[in-house]
Amino acid sequence: MSAPPSPSPTRWFKALKRTKSGESCMKTCPVLCAELLNRARAAHRAGRAMKESFRHAQLEAVVRMMQDHECDFVDALGKDLHKHRFETVMLELIMVKNEALYAASNLKRWMEPQHMDRTLATSLDEGLVVSEPLGVVLVVGAWSSPVQHCLVPLVGAIAAGNCVIINPSEISSHTAALLLRLLPSYLDNECYHVLLAGTNDLLEIIDLKFDHIFFTGNGTLGSKVAQVAARSLTPVTLVLGGKNPCYVDRQCDIGTTAKRIAWARFQNAGQTMVAPDYVLCHADVRDQLVQALRSSLNQFYGSDPRESCSFGRLVNVETVKRVKDLLWKSGKVAIGGQVNEAEKYVAPTVLTEVVETDPIMQHEVFGPVLPIQTVNSLDEAISLIGQQEKPLCVYVYSSNSKVVSRMMRETSSGTFCANDCVLQSLMPMLPFGGVGSSGMGSYHGRHSFDTFSHRKSCLLRGTRIECVTYLRYPPYDDRNLSLMTWASSLSQKGQGWCQIL
Amino acid sequence: MIAGERRAGAALCKSGTGRAELHGAKDMDEQTEVVKRLRESFRSGVSLPEHFRRSQLEGMVALLRENEQRILDAMHQDLAKPKFEVVLSEIDIVMNELRFAISNLKSWMMPEYVVKNLATKMDDCFVRREPLGVVLIIGAWNYPLQLILLPLVGAISAGNCAVVKPSEVSPATEKLLTELIPKYLSPACYAVLCGGVEETKKLLEIKFDHIFFTGSQSVARKILQAAAVHLTPVTLELGGKCPCLIYGDLDVQAAARRLAWAKFFNMGQTCVAPDYVLCSQQMREALVPALRKALETFYGSCPQKSPDMAHLISQRHWARLCDMLQRSKGTVVIGGETAEDEKYIAPTVVVDVKETDSLMVDEIFGPILPIVTAETLGEAIDFVNAREKPLALYVFSDNSEVVTAALERTSSGGFCSNDGMVHMCLPGLPFGGIGASGMGNYHGRWGFETFSHRRGCMLRGWALERINMLRYPPYTESNLDWLRWATGTKKSWNSCSVL
Repeated sequence: MSAPPSPSPTRWFKALKRTKSGESCMKTCPVLCAELLNRARAAHRAGRAMKESFRHAQLEAVVRMMQDHECDFVDALGKDLHKHRFETVMLELIMVKNEALYAASNLKRWMEPQHMDRTLATSLDEGLVVSEPLGVVLVVGAWSSPVQHCLVPLVGAIAAGNCVIINPSEISSHTAALLLRLLPSYLDNECYHVLLAGTNDLLEIIDLKFDHIFFTGNGTLGSKVAQVAARSLTPVTLVLGGKNPCYVDRQCDIGTTAKRIAWARFQNAGQTMVAPDYVLCHADVRDQLVQALRSSLNQFYGSDPRESCSFGRLVNVETVKRVKDLLWKSGKVAIGGQVNEAEKYVAPTVLTEVVETDPIMQHEVFGPVLPIQTVNSLDEAISLIGQQEKPLCVYVYSSNSKVVSRMMRETSSGTFCANDCVLQSLMPMLPFGGVGSSGMGSYHGRHSFDTFSHRKSCLLRGTRIECVTYLRYPPYDDRNLSLMTWASSLSQKGQGWCQIL
Repeated sequence: MIAGERRAGAALCKSGTGRAELHGAKDMDEQTEVVKRLRESFRSGVSLPEHFRRSQLEGMVALLRENEQRILDAMHQDLAKPKFEVVLSEIDIVMNELRFAISNLKSWMMPEYVVKNLATKMDDCFVRREPLGVVLIIGAWNYPLQLILLPLVGAISAGNCAVVKPSEVSPATEKLLTELIPKYLSPACYAVLCGGVEETKKLLEIKFDHIFFTGSQSVARKILQAAAVHLTPVTLELGGKCPCLIYGDLDVQAAARRLAWAKFFNMGQTCVAPDYVLCSQQMREALVPALRKALETFYGSCPQKSPDMAHLISQRHWARLCDMLQRSKGTVVIGGETAEDEKYIAPTVVVDVKETDSLMVDEIFGPILPIVTAETLGEAIDFVNAREKPLALYVFSDNSEVVTAALERTSSGGFCSNDGMVHMCLPGLPFGGIGASGMGNYHGRWGFETFSHRRGCMLRGWALERINMLRYPPYTESNLDWLRWATGTKKSWNSCSVL
């Protein structure tokens, strides 16, 4: 199963850069990136991004940026994705703002070293874990939620004291241009930079050597990024796509279920990494679910969604063609199915009678099409989910806590949510990230801080107390050895022989 | 344990000689078969329950307790490691880790509930630690038992199945592990696969859910690249040149003893051994005689005859170190003697070593201690920062400003003041590298976390749909205002909680 490929309008992008800089930009992306990287490294070496007050100030600046330029962001995302203002504000801007506020209010605590429990034997020593910044990190965003994908990791990287280069997706070019324009006015110009680079240049850029790479996007490119990063032993966090299953049990509130699923699936015209990709519906409630979905969609977008300004568009014609292809070759259209390529419009569509060999069940949909495959039992659903690669999210709708519990325990995914979708990815308190093919590493809230930090273990000892240290020195003596082994075995919690050294 | 499985387990390991041997396709199939079997076990859920994990950890305790002599013999064969060093750094360290894991397992496995706010009071939000699946642990030859068993403790605690690949360069331990692991741990869930470079390459073509590697940077790159193809996360425990800074006031003799102990333990073949010293000329003049005295106390006047010195692992390694020493432009002030037939190099201290010296290029990993002169702490810190981030950094000083400056102005995997190496023995502290010295960490709870996936879970109910409705289309300004107000009043987190 492969995720949709990302086409790159490099010519448009180069034209954009020329316009922005006011002159012909002769530098290639890798050359430009190398310059930015040098500046960021110098800033990091000088300790510019380290102080708590500095980090705090940068985080507050991010909050101001989101507030001052709400209209600009709404406008840019409207042009890039036909995103409604409501979605932009609630799911992009406020999310970034909240992450920044959460980080700012917890920063002091996060930055404090964690002290180890002291035992009697180590009362003269101090063991602690100190969080250090990694250095210069690269954040590569995807186009589907272009603001959030760049700025939420940026917030974490800032909080952890790093310097950052963000690379917004070229595909959501208006948003990228906006970020390029805005960031220098709000954030420190030596520590944080925006680089407009296409997919073609990305791998070359990674070779320049960063201290961490945070990538959001599809699995194919993600794997290439990881392979190139491996050459310089650069750690990576990958947030990749996948097919997020959603099981609808026969015991559930069908009306609410349909609304929540429809909201999650059809926002941003289905172009959300955490949307339910397909539904496994218990045979007993299949018809009711379809009926409830029809009713929800009518309520949301009216009888002709093409006229509704609440409904988005696909990012480009290629995507329309891809989605159209998938929907026409799979199952039966129960709702929607209309396509208008010129408008990049695909109606909110629900397919039924889908089987696992259908094309739509082999590829991530990433569009406003919801396939429903009928299953006869929870066992069957769990088995089908287990046959696919581990997704970013697993969803289940059921009033029966045993069903929810089984689904949670017998599947593996980045995240899990029962009786709703998407929300688990919006909470700063929960880690968000993939597992297996859906990615590695996590972020949001404290997890972002930890991702962009190195936990350095420190043991501070004194020189003056040598009385028991001698036990460990040569010439080795069996008696000394027994003494040390005995002492360490005293501690049931296994604090170690070195504790008494 | 089924006897047949045990024999099959033993049969998989054919390279008892330590030389890389080319095996036929049949053995590559065996690798695939083993991993397939482990995957099926994992899918069946057998490695998940707490009692199973505990029983396996207890099995490992029994393995160590009942085979101490055999372990000592194997270590003696591979590295002529003295009994004292084996017990401390191979057996006891794993025992402590096991005790720590067994007594904390229950709490580690519990879901971690997160702080809820007013709107999520009706929801359950928590983080579950879930096993990754089938993991691969590749060990190294310098601590051939510890570097396999310590990560394995983490992998088992986290509920995974595991393939371990001991280093072929320490063949006696490799053979011992191949025999003992299937005997004390469930062969359905844990397997030993042996081999050299070629077999390891083939093994890396198989998809694992996590790879844990201890070894050199050059091999690490290849492993990381192979893993990236499968999107497999990796933990790398690599080496580096661990600097030791000596400044300010201190008890030079005590420092020299601790430094000498850390440096020459296992003949210097430790990834966290102090690789080189940075100090002023004046300090050096006090340090060298103190080191000489410490070494004499430890190993006598003729270290070659001391039973407390381990041996170098191979002729090749010996030759490499001799070459490094010979090409050095520094001055040998202690030791310097070598003997090819015994792969012996005396505990050696070299002074007047410059930045560009042959001893300052690669990690030494042997009983040679260069002393580089840097008159001030500032110079020493600049020297360290100009180089790749090491696995450990050491400072000897009674002055807290010196220790703090070194701690805050450098970056390294771990840090220890006024001692060497011991910071890695505490299960409460994470052990791992940064930059060129590695990625990820383990020991204690950190091992459990490394081999787990932290899954964010949210359990909602049907209630509060009236509030939920605010988020649905058709989008209206008033709904947006309401939601904005609800999230904007608190100068803090979590918009979604009212959705």
